[in-house]
Amino acid sequence: MTLLRQNRAFVGALAMLAVLYLVYNIMHPRGFSTAVLVQNANEAVAIAFVAMAQTLPVLLGGLDLSVGAVMTLAACVASELVNGSPAEILLGMFATLAVGAAFGFMNGIIIVYGRLQPIIATLATGAVAIGLALFIRPKPGGDVDGDLNWALTNSLWDFVDTYGFFDPDAAWFQPISWIPVPLILLFGMAAIVWVPFKKSVTGRTVYAIGSAEGAAYMSGLPIDRARIAAFTLGGFLAACGGLYLAIQTSSGNADVMQAGAYTLNSIAAVVLGGTSLLGGAGGAIGSLVGALILRVISFYFRIVSIDPLLQPLIEGLVLLAAVSLGAIRTLRVKNRLELFR
Amino acid sequence: MSGNGEPVTIEKSGVPYVQLSGISKYFAGIRALENVNFACELGSTHAILGENGAGKSTLIKIMSGVLQPSAGEMRVAGRPVHFRSPSDAADAGIVCIFQELSLLPDLSVADNISISDPPRRFGLIDGRAQRRRAEELLARIRCEDVDPRALVRDLSLSRRQMVEIAKALGKRPKVLILDEATSALTSRDVETVYELLDTLQDEGVANLFISHRMHEVDKLCDTLSVFRNGGHVETFKKAERSPSEIVRMMIGRDVEAQFPPKPEPVARPAHLSIANVKWENRLKGVNLNVGKGEIVGLGGLDGQGQKELLLALFGVLRGVEGTVRAGEVTGIPGSPDVAKGGKARIALVPEDRKTEGLMLPMSIADNLIAASYDKVSNGPVIDPAKERAAVAEGIQKLQIKIGSARDPVATLSGGNQQKVVIAKWLMTDPEIILLNDPTRGIDVGTKQEIYKLMRDLADEGRAILFYSTDYAELIGCCDRIAVMYDGAILTELTGEAISEEAIVAASLNIDTGAAA
Repeated sequence: MTLLRQNRAFVGALAMLAVLYLVYNIMHPRGFSTAVLVQNANEAVAIAFVAMAQTLPVLLGGLDLSVGAVMTLAACVASELVNGSPAEILLGMFATLAVGAAFGFMNGIIIVYGRLQPIIATLATGAVAIGLALFIRPKPGGDVDGDLNWALTNSLWDFVDTYGFFDPDAAWFQPISWIPVPLILLFGMAAIVWVPFKKSVTGRTVYAIGSAEGAAYMSGLPIDRARIAAFTLGGFLAACGGLYLAIQTSSGNADVMQAGAYTLNSIAAVVLGGTSLLGGAGGAIGSLVGALILRVISFYFRIVSIDPLLQPLIEGLVLLAAVSLGAIRTLRVKNRLELFR
Repeated sequence: MSGNGEPVTIEKSGVPYVQLSGISKYFAGIRALENVNFACELGSTHAILGENGAGKSTLIKIMSGVLQPSAGEMRVAGRPVHFRSPSDAADAGIVCIFQELSLLPDLSVADNISISDPPRRFGLIDGRAQRRRAEELLARIRCEDVDPRALVRDLSLSRRQMVEIAKALGKRPKVLILDEATSALTSRDVETVYELLDTLQDEGVANLFISHRMHEVDKLCDTLSVFRNGGHVETFKKAERSPSEIVRMMIGRDVEAQFPPKPEPVARPAHLSIANVKWENRLKGVNLNVGKGEIVGLGGLDGQGQKELLLALFGVLRGVEGTVRAGEVTGIPGSPDVAKGGKARIALVPEDRKTEGLMLPMSIADNLIAASYDKVSNGPVIDPAKERAAVAEGIQKLQIKIGSARDPVATLSGGNQQKVVIAKWLMTDPEIILLNDPTRGIDVGTKQEIYKLMRDLADEGRAILFYSTDYAELIGCCDRIAVMYDGAILTELTGEAISEEAIVAASLNIDTGAAA
């Protein structure tokens, strides 16, 4: 019960996602199908990774305005490197993620040792990332391995079929062969990166800094190390989003507008997922759910006929309503002082 | 942290475990400590006494690695040490429980207790082992009622302080420094801490104890050190000096009566009358009258609804039922803004001056004027001349010791910060003054000034409702004491009936005949 109460925001987000997606499938002219699920999942992965990346600076009590740009940079790097022999492909993927992590590490170093506010430091480094991306890929395009594109953007069946690991029609495989690969990548990465991080001393320190930095220092926690680690992990996760985007579109595009939109949506997803903008409470899994909510809202426009010109207006109103749900709790607070804590 | 951080155990041999020689500390050229020689031995409880600004806080911050000395040498177990951080000091066995809580509100109790060295499995934090550890440590200080999974932000101040003590115990200290660690505790927890200190002393731990409560020092400590004005005055065994000698050493002047004389009890018409006030499950029908010129104390164990009553009167709580009449105004104010203004003119000196009383980064002047902009403005425009005059008057009236009124209020000592809070509210010229433990964690000299001020304000015809956790203070200051128990006032004590025994009995709701 204690756990449920403390994770109220997360549970609420999860419930909201379930209801929204259920209604979407009921309203969908063709009903629920794995094809739609696969397509939806593909479109949600990049923003979900970027939202997870944004969670770390927010937990510290700051904002990272460079996550969208780092994602774009990673996508452009991937569009150059992720092709050729299987070994070259793996190396290219590794290099792409390393670029993102290195960029995040640089953000962390600048913020810790330059003693800058994250929001302003990353505003600058975000522009640097876009600059590098434009340098690598002045025009949209590139070459990403076709098999990889097919294998990672479809169901597990197609993944096994593409690489011929075993017979994809095997009886034991049937119950899970419909699962979209992008969802496995997303939740798999969350499980192997985020969960251990949260349980490490460094991860705990990130929460401690956002909660009360003075107390964290007085407890002898490794504050600088945790800050740098948080931004590095943020860069890594943003690069995961970029890598997937490149694989999904088979190309890279140094699109400034897109980078900005991803950054702003990542903040919305973090808030929807129940992470406090003041820092110290929340988590990346919540942000992942928040990102999925954002995407599902946009899916509705495909099945409901609305003037495309009205779409941003309605999206804004829905987002406002969604984040307001999180504030309902404060109506029940009987001691007004608690509103400020 | 590191496995080899185990401190060298030294037998009780009369050799001091921690020894400071010639320690000085300057902040931007201003002296905080000057050439201090100080030592403490294992297996003793050592009190450090001194007024605000005497250098006690600086001393313990140096010992616990928060600050580095400007000059001088510190030795632990005979070897010179240079602590760069609190964790260095903890590795050497020196652990401090700070007056300003060092807990992380958004993390759980178990997380907080093991924050600097959590039990690990496969390199990751082992949540179950951590909870068990928290349970064991909490049991040692009789806080079995605290759920290790609860968030610290959901605990009362007293429970938080106990968690802080559990956290310090978890580091297995050789030297345990307690900086006003009992000031926020309930009476029951205070007893537990006393017993704990005795046990630790028997186990060979050096307890360093900073407190402004003389009876506490007298009860617990075997050695006392007095500091004044950044210097070490003297260290002596407990019985060697009388309390009045000690006080003289601390403040460098003679102190007459600790409390100002009370007027003869007279019947006063109620100015503030509270009838059947209820809120949530914390207030269960409070009835109380406070007359003009009267100081009414709120007593009882911590957490019986005293704080909630003050907050309710000041319009902070939602959904309060009952009748409140303040002068000619009837009704419960809807917000502090309503409470302080109009005809009611209520002021509340809040519990936590750091978060509710002051805006720490803002200047002393800005803080002083914060509640009374209406008095220094022409319409929406603040009149700088009026503002300056009001600020100067506030500083002068409470004799706040400051450099410049433009300095951040955070640069002041605790006692002077509290004076700023009080001065801020006196500027609103309140008819009714609510005080929530206004002397917590401040020095004897400032306490006495506040007692005197309270009596002066009452004599000017203001109605004062005063909550304190210190019974001696209630007895010394109040014309009448209302003891709260489980959200209601069961007993009121007046005049001769006011005694420590009577308050304790009423607090525990024990009928001794005398307190009925």
